[in-house]
This record gives sequence, C-alpha cells and structure tokens, in this order.
Amino acid sequence: MANAFWCLVEDDRKGSPKKVMAEVLGEAARLSGGNVEAVWLTDKVSDDGIKQLGGWGASKVWVLENAAFSPYRGEVWAPVLAELATQQSPKAIVAPVTSKMRELAARLAARLGVGLAADCVGMAMDGDQLVATRPVYAGKLLAKMTWAKTPWIATLRPNVFKPADAQAGKSAAVEKPTVTIPPATMKLVERREETSTGLPELTEAEIVISGGRGMKGPENYVILEDMGKVIGAAVGASRAAVDAGWRPHRFQIGQTGRTISPKLYLGFGVSGAIQHLAGMRTSKVIVAVNKDPDAPIFKIADYGIVADLFEVVPALTDEFKKLLEK
Amino acid sequence: MKIVVAVKQVPDTATQVKISGSDPKAIDTAGITWIVSPYDEFAVEEALRIKEKRGQGEVVAVSLGPDRVKEALRSALAMGCDRAIHVNDPALANADTLLTAQALAAVIKQEQPALVICGRQAIDDDMGAVAAQVAEILGWPAASWIMEEAVDAEAKTIRIGRQVEGGLEVFDLPLPAVVSAQKGLNEPRYPTLKGIMGAKKKEIKDVKAAELGVTGTPQLAVKNLEALPPRPPGRVIPGEVKDAVKELVRALREEAKAI
Ligand SMILES: Cc1cc2nc3c(=O)[nH]c(=O)nc-3n(C[C@H](O)[C@H](O)[C@H](O)COP(=O)(O)OP(=O)(O)OC[C@H]3O[C@@H](n4cnc5c(N)ncnc54)[C@H](O)[C@@H]3O)c2cc1C
Ligand SMILES: Nc1ncnc2c1ncn2[C@@H]1O[C@H](COP(=O)(O)O)[C@@H](O)[C@H]1O
Repeated sequence: MANAFWCLVEDDRKGSPKKVMAEVLGEAARLSGGNVEAVWLTDKVSDDGIKQLGGWGASKVWVLENAAFSPYRGEVWAPVLAELATQQSPKAIVAPVTSKMRELAARLAARLGVGLAADCVGMAMDGDQLVATRPVYAGKLLAKMTWAKTPWIATLRPNVFKPADAQAGKSAAVEKPTVTIPPATMKLVERREETSTGLPELTEAEIVISGGRGMKGPENYVILEDMGKVIGAAVGASRAAVDAGWRPHRFQIGQTGRTISPKLYLGFGVSGAIQHLAGMRTSKVIVAVNKDPDAPIFKIADYGIVADLFEVVPALTDEFKKLLEK
Repeated sequence: MKIVVAVKQVPDTATQVKISGSDPKAIDTAGITWIVSPYDEFAVEEALRIKEKRGQGEVVAVSLGPDRVKEALRSALAMGCDRAIHVNDPALANADTLLTAQALAAVIKQEQPALVICGRQAIDDDMGAVAAQVAEILGWPAASWIMEEAVDAEAKTIRIGRQVEGGLEVFDLPLPAVVSAQKGLNEPRYPTLKGIMGAKKKEIKDVKAAELGVTGTPQLAVKNLEALPPRPPGRVIPGEVKDAVKELVRALREEAKAI
C-alpha cells in the first residue's frame, strides 16, 4: 500500500527474523496507525518467519528471495530496495541498528536522495511529520531530526522501543515482486565465526556485564562469564581492558566501541569515563561495583556497591542462581 | 596508488558539550577543543601504511567544514598525508550526511583515487553513513567497519575483513572502492616534530560547492537539541558484601524488575 511504513527484516541467516523486528514493527505500527509492511531480502525465507512477521503486525511481507542476496552486499541490496520503493512509495523505511542495516540504510537513502536518521532512540509524529530523536556527541545531547521529504529513512536502536505483542493467528499477505538484481562485484572469501562463548551477542543482549581495568587481568573474566551464563548476559569490557589486550576489540563498550542499551547493565571495576558512558548510558538499569566511592560511574548508577569486585562477583552469582532456580 | 582519506573535525571526546544559548539547533562552541574524529585517525593511519608498504603512492586528506577545519587537515598532513583539500563553503554549513557525501564524492571524482578510506562514524553526529553514501553516489563497492585489509600487488583489488555480529566477513572488492575504518584496524601514529614542521609547507587547497557542482540542500535537519533527561537518583547499598548482594538482587527483582 502506498504510504505504508516499511520495516526491513534482519534475520538470523537461517530463515527466521530476529527478535528485534518485534520492536521495529511495533514502533512502525504505532506511528502509522497500523499501516506496516515488512520487506525481506534473503536467500532463504520460511513460512514460520513470514507468520512471525505477521504476528508482529506486518499486514504484508514483500518477499525477495534470491541466492544473490547472500551474503549481504550493499551494492546489490540498495538498488533492489530503491527500485521497489520507487514503485510502491512507502512513507517511511525503518530497520534495526545492526552492522548491515546501518550501511544499507545509508546507501538506500543516497540512492533515493532522501534523509537518513541513524540509531534513533525515539520517534513521534508531529502532525504529518515524523520527528526522530537520536543521541549526538556520544550521547551527551539528544537531537530532534526532521526530513525534507519521504520516504523517511531511519534505523532504530535495539532494546529501546516497545516490542509488538505477538498475535498468534494474525497473518500477513505475501507478495513476491520481480526486481532487477544488479551483478555483485564484491566476493565473499570467508566468514570467520567468533568462537562462541554460549552467551548472547553484546548489542542484542538484554543484560550486559562489563569488566574494566579493575578486573586486573584476562584470566579473571571467567567469573563474569560464569555470571553471564546464570542470567543470560553478554560480557563486555572497557577500552582500558581492551587496549591492555585482555578482551578482543569487539567486546569494547563506548564511544569507540559498541553502543548498547540493555535492560540491565552491570559494571565491575569500571570507573565510568565519559567515553565509556557514551556507549551504555541509555541502559535502563545501571549497577556499578567499584571499590572507589568517588568513581564517576556511581553518578549514573541506579544501584551501587562500594567493595572489592572479587568478593562481590561470586556472591552475586550465587544470589542470582538462588533467585532463578526458584 | 592514490588514496583519499575523509577527515572530520569534531569536539574532543572529553569536552562538555552544551546547547548554544542563542540557537537551540547548535552547540555552544566557546571553549571547545577540536580534534580529528578518532575513527578518521585510523583511516589516515591505514592509508599511510598502504603507501609505505607499496613504497609509492599519494595520500590526499579531504575535509568539509569551516575555517577551523584546516587544523584537522594540518594534523593529517603532520601524520604524513601528502596534500589536503578543504571543502570550505558556508552554503554547506548545515550539510547532512547525504550533502556531505555529495561534496566528498565530487572531490573524489576529480581526484580519481583507487581507494577511499573514511572512519566508521564521526563522533559528533554519530551517523556512520557518509562512507556508504559516497560509495552509492560513485557507484563503487563499499565495506563498512573494516578490521583488516590488504591491497593486491597490482592495486586491482582490496581484501578486507569487516566486523559483523558474531564474526568477521572477508571480502574481495575490486578497486576503486570505499572502506570505513573500525577500531582495531591499527594504532594511529603520533606526528613527529619533523612531520609537524613539514606539514606547514604542504598544500591545503580550498574548494567551493559551486566548483564541485554541488547544488543540493540538506534532506535531514536538526529541529532542536535537547539535554538528556536526568536519570532518577540512584543509591549505594551499604553493609557487608553478603548482605549488600542480597539486597541488590532483591531490588533488581522487586523494584527495578530487571531480572
Ligand atoms: C578518543 C577516546 C575514545 C575512547 N573510547 C572509549 C570507549 O569506547 N570505551 C571505553 O570504555 N573507554 C574509552 N576511552 C577511554 C576512557 O577515557 C577511559 O580511559 C576508560 O574507559 C577507563 O577504563 P576503566 O574504567 O576500565 O579503567 P579505570 O578508569 O582505570 O578504572 C578502573 C576502576 O576499577 C576500580 N577497581 C580497581 N580494582 C577494583 C576491585 N578489585 N574491585 C572493584 N573495583 C576496582 C577502580 O577504583 C577504578 O574506578 C576513550 C578515550 C579516548 C581519549
Ligand atoms: N565533514 C566531513 N568532512 C570529511 N569527512 C567527513 C565529514 N563528515 C563525515 N566524514 C567522513 O565520513 C565518516 C562517517 O561520518 P558520519 O556518517 O557523519 O558518521 C567520517 O568518519 C569521515 O571519514
């Protein structure tokens, strides 16, 4: 339908949309009064996946299934989406913040000649204009942004927007348009999977545990991972810990690392430098454990314990275990 | 091999950023220390390493912004870039990422480099969009968030590793191409005294939007800036560790409903 809000589907590369799509579809429905469609480029769709998108509120799923869409290449995806958008005139195109979607949304906006608001944490209609709220200057300020014309293109920070309630039985119409698929010049050589810790991905996790220089060495992160296994948390680190070589770069939280917005952030031996706060200050609940009562992290923490982390962590893990075993 | 690096000047990460008293769309620039955006330092460093490894080539730094931006370009020249281009035009003062990308793409078309390196994102607007948009405008392949790269001997292709959720994807891209630098790509060098002295003699060319044929207007605009909503005051849980931990878990479950 013209004027629909399009939601670009991020999937697990195995045929299922990621959970974050419930947030994107939920927000799009709220803004558009329910005129929401999903657009899914993949080499592998599944009926369950389409049902899932319908249950989250998509009235239609545009399915573009082709081997050429795997692996993701912006040079292939952007022209295809632009062609479809030009035919269908959606009012907005929104996607979750992931490494792929951030790049894709930028290329698509350039191709369509429209504005892009990346990494939004708030959206609202002001009359018939969409206004996006996004952190700027490393989260020190918020900027309200408006577009000169439609489609409004935006990416949404995970864990911020209220997810749609899954409605069983609500199904989406499926449309399989024919599109021109441009040739790819980029060739995938290999995909190096990270050795799995069995813990969730940092930017997707609902709970994040972060260890700073106070961890004293790489060998001690195992106590944080043990806690992570109990509460289903990802384990990240400060730049001091990353630069010391204790943790790989991909685990760094902050201005020059990952931006996270979990429901619960637990920082151990992290002082709370402004550049670290930049990456985690939109967390809903912040817990800090530090032996220095004047550590700046206590200024933004909801709960703090002033003590030696090496005493607190095992005791806390035990308490979590007791609670969750009940 | 010619390489263009895009360098943005931004407020220092430790600076307190305040909204201007006279313009709710802008920040108060009084007392701000300006730096080269940290990711762009990785971009400059990588360009210099490619040139040094090949034993020949040219690295051109380009920046869009007002007069003060010359300082950022001087830093890039002091690190070792050969020359610089300054897109300096009040008409572009409110450029969004797309208009910025259009201006940079126009410079790149004139320069015809084999490779363009940007930073992952500028740490003022935090958009992370310009690199991909430059590539789209030029019709070149692009790879964002690269952690490693190698250019082949003939300078025909670049092999990059880009960071994605759960791993690293390694791609071959035909040149010319655009890449954006992620932290972990390298450790940027500090300019030497000789570099700083030498930079004073290197060329910084000023160009205007009209000379580049850039006539667009911004597609995204700041309506206004706002301070962060204050966080509700927190509390430090006192007492022995074993009691404090019990109280914390209780509070997380019952008050915060976070676990
Ligand atoms: C351009 C730029 C970008 C940056 N980007 C980032 C970024 O993305 N992310 C980031 O994190 N930083 C970043 N930084 C670095 C930042 O300024 C800080 O240096 C860094 O965050 C400090 O890490 P930390 O808190 O682990 O270490 P410290 O500041 O050294 O703090 C360690 C804390 O541990 C406490 N401690 C020590 N032992 C114990 C114990 N046994 N029990 C309890 N507490 C203990 C100490 O009291 C102290 O507060 C950046 C800096 C710059 C200049
Ligand atoms: N005004 C500018 N001048 C030069 N390069 C820029 C400018 N704005 C953005 N860039 C480049 O594009 C990258 C991404 O910027 P952004 O999309 O604004 O986050 C930066 O790291 C720079 O390499």
